[in-house]
Amino acid sequence: MNAQQLLELADDELILGWRNSEWTGIAPLLEEDVAFSSIAQNEIGHARAWYELAARELGTTADELAFDRRPEEYRCSRLVQLRLVPDWAATIARHHLYETADAERIATLKQSDDPEIAGLAAKIDREEVYHRMHAQMWFERLQDEPRFKEAVEELRPLLEVRDQHAPELADLWAEMTEVRRSVAGATW
Amino acid sequence: MVTEQQVWDVLAEIPDPEIPVISLVDLGVIGSVDVSRDQVCVEFTPTFLGCPALEVMRDAMAARIEELGADARIDVISDDSWSTDRITPEGREKLRAGGFAPPAPREVGGPKLVQLQSNAFRCPYCGSRDTTLENLFGPTPCRSVRYCRSCRQPFEQFKTI
Repeated sequence: MNAQQLLELADDELILGWRNSEWTGIAPLLEEDVAFSSIAQNEIGHARAWYELAARELGTTADELAFDRRPEEYRCSRLVQLRLVPDWAATIARHHLYETADAERIATLKQSDDPEIAGLAAKIDREEVYHRMHAQMWFERLQDEPRFKEAVEELRPLLEVRDQHAPELADLWAEMTEVRRSVAGATW
Repeated sequence: MVTEQQVWDVLAEIPDPEIPVISLVDLGVIGSVDVSRDQVCVEFTPTFLGCPALEVMRDAMAARIEELGADARIDVISDDSWSTDRITPEGREKLRAGGFAPPAPREVGGPKLVQLQSNAFRCPYCGSRDTTLENLFGPTPCRSVRYCRSCRQPFEQFKTI
């Protein structure tokens, strides 16, 4: 696995983590406030672990990769870039699509010849089991709802798109990197 | 010269920053302790990768070892060697006494939704199994929320991972 593939993976998790956190405080149920906030926290933790591996190969740091690139340099899927609040059906559609695809990706990475990648993927998979169960519960509840089905079909093609950026990614980038850009040389 | 036992003893006094009823040794996150000359190397196996307590744990371990007069090196091991099965029997009992239901043993293939929705989980307050899954997620990454129909009390269930 090369550094560019690690960046795709890390960027997906970082940006989706931010997008999921946009539900904190405003989800339709208190339980979902907690769920999406917790999933966001996990995804950002996974992003950091993958960025650390990529950073070693590229001779940089995880923070620089996460926050010091230009928005057009991110390699994440267009699916995770979209700002979907306050559309709950579309959010669950994305959650279902992403977790399904991510499960396959993690299963492949667990078989990697590189023990560090295989080990990290195995660790992440243990946490992701809960994301998949959560996505499954919501899929079962919404699967016959027309708005949900439409959202799944509309969003599905975006999963594989990595070379065109959604316009709202630039806004997220500005928000995400604001504090770091405000103090030159800040680290934490 | 610091001994391995002294290091284990101080590590056993460091509480989990988010669940202070149990120590880092109870939690099973210390993979190994290696003492050579004046350097102590600790293998630290994190719980959840996004857990903000990890840095606090790592820094607390280094600080306590340095108080013993040795240099500390904490190696973070990011593989799946930690699971909730590593929590010690004493740790499980401390969790229960603190109002946290200890994790169910990990089965092959990991936890399943149908199992979490079953009545396999005991209320830490009254011991009843008449409990329901309220939320897979809780106030920290390592916890779910359940509800006991017998004593009508919500409680936190340590996730099995």
